[in-house]
Amino acid sequence: MPDIQLIELNVNGESHDLAIPPRRTLADVLRHDLGLTGTHVGCEHGICGACTVLIDGAPARACLTFAVQVEGAEIRTVESLAGPDGAMNDLQQAFTDHHGLQCGFCTPGFLMLAEGYLAEEPEPTREEIREVVASNICRCTGYHTIVDAIEHCARKRRADCASG
Amino acid sequence: MKPAAFTYHRAGSVRRAVELLSELGEDAKVIAGGQSLVAMMNYRLARPEHLVDIAHVKGLAGIRRVGGALHIGALTTHHAVEVADLTPDFAVLSRTMRWVGHLPIRTRGTIGGSLAHADGTAEWCILAVLLDARIVVEGPGGTRRIAASDLFLGPFTSALEPDELIVEVVFPRRAPRAALTEYAERRGDFAIVAAAVDLDGCPEAPDIPLVVLGGVAPTPLPVRLGPDFTGTTGPGRFGEFATAVADQVQIRDDTGVSAHYRRGLVRTLVERACEEAAQA
Ligand SMILES: Cc1cc2nc3c(=O)[nH]c(=O)nc-3n(C[C@H](O)[C@H](O)[C@H](O)COP(=O)(O)OP(=O)(O)OC[C@H]3O[C@@H](n4cnc5c(N)ncnc54)[C@H](O)[C@@H]3O)c2cc1C
Repeated sequence: MPDIQLIELNVNGESHDLAIPPRRTLADVLRHDLGLTGTHVGCEHGICGACTVLIDGAPARACLTFAVQVEGAEIRTVESLAGPDGAMNDLQQAFTDHHGLQCGFCTPGFLMLAEGYLAEEPEPTREEIREVVASNICRCTGYHTIVDAIEHCARKRRADCASG
Repeated sequence: MKPAAFTYHRAGSVRRAVELLSELGEDAKVIAGGQSLVAMMNYRLARPEHLVDIAHVKGLAGIRRVGGALHIGALTTHHAVEVADLTPDFAVLSRTMRWVGHLPIRTRGTIGGSLAHADGTAEWCILAVLLDARIVVEGPGGTRRIAASDLFLGPFTSALEPDELIVEVVFPRRAPRAALTEYAERRGDFAIVAAAVDLDGCPEAPDIPLVVLGGVAPTPLPVRLGPDFTGTTGPGRFGEFATAVADQVQIRDDTGVSAHYRRGLVRTLVERACEEAAQA
């Protein structure tokens, strides 16, 4: 009989009781058990970054994490970014404004990477953004527009902050 | 791909983890950050029947200065070291972390996992040998300390027993003038060649940098040049020293990368690491 583990998972501020096989990755639990299909699954070995989510605020690969490992942690997925009315947040808006996506498959991963990174480093240089963005793969944009979007979002947040 | 099925055990203490490992035998594996293990399980290169999760054990994460030494708990993530203030004595550790994969890998991957995984090009393995780290290990028989130079037996093979747990890594010697640099085809990949130097690493020959290379042998390779090199190193002469190091190491051709190319990298990277260390 396959092992089933009972866990309580906190995702986007909501708690879920789940009965899952331990081998189920966080990415698969989000998609299959919770229906949060914004988290995409690409390579399943940590290279492509499409599955990047926040675990206790820090960007992490949901394909390299078993859901059972993160019981008690706060998980955030791309679904948490938009407002309750579906309006995009400033980071998503910046990706739209700067054409930081084409096909959109990698976008949830880049958004969560940037969301976690900017929370820790609100004043990154362009070079630093380039280095962080190198962790995820995009085959459409050539990355420049993604870097533009993150840079502008950071700048706008700082300006908004300064003007109170 | 999806990993094979396994039974999950969450250890609440080091003692419980060791007990579980002893009871379950060779079919059990520790999981810390999972950044190497889960990738291998997804590929089905690893199919452990039991995973013992140590991530919830209290007290295994953290960085402490004890006298002149630095103690790093096994569960401390690469990213925690990256953002810690370890200047000046151990700043080389923080600076090196940017070479370890990418940010989302570093937020989960741990020093203990890296050392236990024993990849010969892993930055932690190279740093541990360079700085003469002591690996504190708990097993059924109690605690033992393994010198980094005795930990790595071969590619992905360490001196750890299957029922032993790394709990802490001790860096006994300050290294304000040390650096690691490397070359990989893509940012964040494991290095083709990595070179680490400590300009003060050879107490018996104060002028000669200690060099540890990754990517030229199955395990991190220390290189010490003889006393005839005393006084020949120093800014402006690092190129000469790097050439001597590159000439001395044995390198074999392997798939994709010729010995000639690798030797060229050794020369360039040793010189670069010496310069970085001198400016540190
Ligand atoms: C895309 C990608 C790029 C990467 N690039 C690099 C890189 O450039 N350089 C680099 O060094 N690493 C790299 N890594 C690997 C990463 O650094 C891992 O975090 C590290 O190798 C293992 O640490 P972990 O905590 O994730 O260990 P796990 O994956 O949980 O475990 C790894 C192994 O160590 C054992 N283990 C774990 N903790 C302990 C312990 N305390 N005591 C005894 N055994 C233990 C496990 O049983 C397992 O065999 C990369 C990984 C990915 C996915």
